[in-house]
Amino acid sequence: MAEQSTNTDARAAQDAGEYWSANVRIILISLVIWALVSFGFGIVLRPLLSGIEVGGTDLGFWFAQQGSILIFLGLIFFYAWRMNKLDKEYGVEE
Amino acid sequence: MDQFTLNLLFVGASFALYIGIAVWARAGSTSEFYAAGRGVHPVTNGMATAADWMSAASFISMAGLIAFTGYDNSSFLMGWTGGYVLLALLLAPYLRKFGKFTVSEFIGDRFYSPTARLVAVICLLVASITYVIGQMQGVGIAFGRFLEIDAFWGLLLGSCVVFAYAVFGGMKGVTYTQVAQYCVLILAYTIPAVFISLQLTGTPIPALGLFSETVNADGTSSGVYLLTKLDLIVTDLGFASYTEAHKDTLNMVLFTLSLMIGTAGLPHVIMRFFTVPKVSDARWSAGWTLVFIALLYLTAPAVGAMARLNISEMMWPNGVNGEAVSVETINTAPEYNWMATWQKTGLLDWEDKNGDGKIQYYNDKNDAMNEKAAANGWEGNELTNFNRDILVLANPEIANLPGWVIGLVAAGGLAAALSTAAGLLLAISSAVSHDLLKGQLTPDMSEKSELFAARVSMAVAIVVAVILGLNPPGFAAQTVALAFGLAAASIFPALMMGIFSKKVNNVGAVSGMLAGLVFTLVYIFLHKGWFFIPDTNSFADTVEGSMLGVQSTAIGAVGAVINFAVAFGVSSVTKETPQEIKDLVESVRTPAGAGAAVDH
Repeated sequence: MAEQSTNTDARAAQDAGEYWSANVRIILISLVIWALVSFGFGIVLRPLLSGIEVGGTDLGFWFAQQGSILIFLGLIFFYAWRMNKLDKEYGVEE
Repeated sequence: MDQFTLNLLFVGASFALYIGIAVWARAGSTSEFYAAGRGVHPVTNGMATAADWMSAASFISMAGLIAFTGYDNSSFLMGWTGGYVLLALLLAPYLRKFGKFTVSEFIGDRFYSPTARLVAVICLLVASITYVIGQMQGVGIAFGRFLEIDAFWGLLLGSCVVFAYAVFGGMKGVTYTQVAQYCVLILAYTIPAVFISLQLTGTPIPALGLFSETVNADGTSSGVYLLTKLDLIVTDLGFASYTEAHKDTLNMVLFTLSLMIGTAGLPHVIMRFFTVPKVSDARWSAGWTLVFIALLYLTAPAVGAMARLNISEMMWPNGVNGEAVSVETINTAPEYNWMATWQKTGLLDWEDKNGDGKIQYYNDKNDAMNEKAAANGWEGNELTNFNRDILVLANPEIANLPGWVIGLVAAGGLAAALSTAAGLLLAISSAVSHDLLKGQLTPDMSEKSELFAARVSMAVAIVVAVILGLNPPGFAAQTVALAFGLAAASIFPALMMGIFSKKVNNVGAVSGMLAGLVFTLVYIFLHKGWFFIPDTNSFADTVEGSMLGVQSTAIGAVGAVINFAVAFGVSSVTKETPQEIKDLVESVRTPAGAGAAVDH
């Protein structure tokens, strides 16, 4: 009996570790996109995008004033959906 | 009915609505006062958080700052929305799982130290009070305009209204009131923008109108993009182009980053995520909040660009190479009425310097432009004062929209300022009464005296904000940006390390927060003047004149890096985090078992 419960505990700890690293991986991917559209396309990489015209200006201007906001929205909803799914996979949902 | 009565009617009706809701949903217990009994749906919570979040800075000030600088102020747009990504991914779900009432409770428990909790309370108070100063500026301008009095008296009157309003209910009253305020403010922001977008581009959606071609008076397309036309006009007047980058890239990156991490570190926003029923709801709630915020933020750059175009064309009705508008037209033509009404607030002024009976508006700091001016006999820019903060409120008048739209915008501006001021005062009062008094100094305090202390601290916070607000360190949105820098440097790193690292210990967290806060605050005072008193600054607040080549509004990001570095450094040479705290971090990381939040 005692041995069995140690095994379950160990598995639970391992699961928790896997769940957490899966979460951190999703966060990192999301944050790379987050930084790319705002600090990247909107500011630092804007000169590279200057050839692409959008409504009287260039793509970088669009990203800085509108595009990044739309992508931020997409990221948050993606994360919420993905994490709620992950919670179920690991059986840690409420 | 004249405009003054119409404004009073709109503002009065909206106030009656908010107060009615506040009375109906009056908070009874401490738990309701702070967190609305946790029965709030994610969409409702999102809407209320959006109202709480979008303050005078977003509503009244931001579009004006974008209008007069164009691309360079895109930082406000990216910063104040991008922070929600950080909040949703890095903080909200875990803090909800932790399940206490305030941000400082989490910091106190996670870093197993009353000192950490105390330091968190101090950081929170400094950031929140700076934020309230910005709100009071906005309240002053809005009251000044609709009562047609000086902005100073508007500020005093406004502070009394804010106090009466915030003291009424706690979070519960505030949550439902804020849903109503959101509806008022988003309508007030969008309706005039739709009208103006139709006038200028024929597109009913302002966000699309910004990138569309302008239309001629008969509704046919002119073949010239709005932004191209705007660039041409402003450069002809000697101003920097609208769409190009002129700001130093490093400062723009740091400023945007400060606003983002500050957003995720502001207590009155984080507190909102304690009020949703489940961890998964906290994740959705952040998304819904950003949906409601984005409705305004996607419109704001269009409002800015279109207003700039309208103002330039009003000052130069015959084109920039024709004759400027005459003083007589300004004084008599009905479409110029707004200039006289705004002049009464002291925030707009003009002067016929060369006595030619016309008001020439141009950039008199531009050498090439001054040559042209000399040739034409102009003696300097004659639109002598145009406070950026009046732009959104004046916008419907500038575009000659019907009186009810102007009244609605006045009500919307006040809704924005009031809702945020109330949310902040609630955060301040809970920090003082719940964390400082009940949590530390007098733990056996009764519920009744805790509520009383909460109300007294609100009053003190308003008085401090009004006194400091007499010398505001910038336009409303810039003052608010400083508050974000302070939150970014102090609260956000502590929360994030508390969740993502088991290594950071009590001493590390306390030294990190203190280092971040003190560095940022001193840097701001060195550039903006001590306690914002003019002429007490040691450095000019420009990129070239600043101490480290970073402007004070952008320094929060540097402060945050210092906070992280100090916390990790100190933690690695001091005693390891105890096992029960490591277990606490583990439990915060998984949603399972999140009950209703508890008081202790």
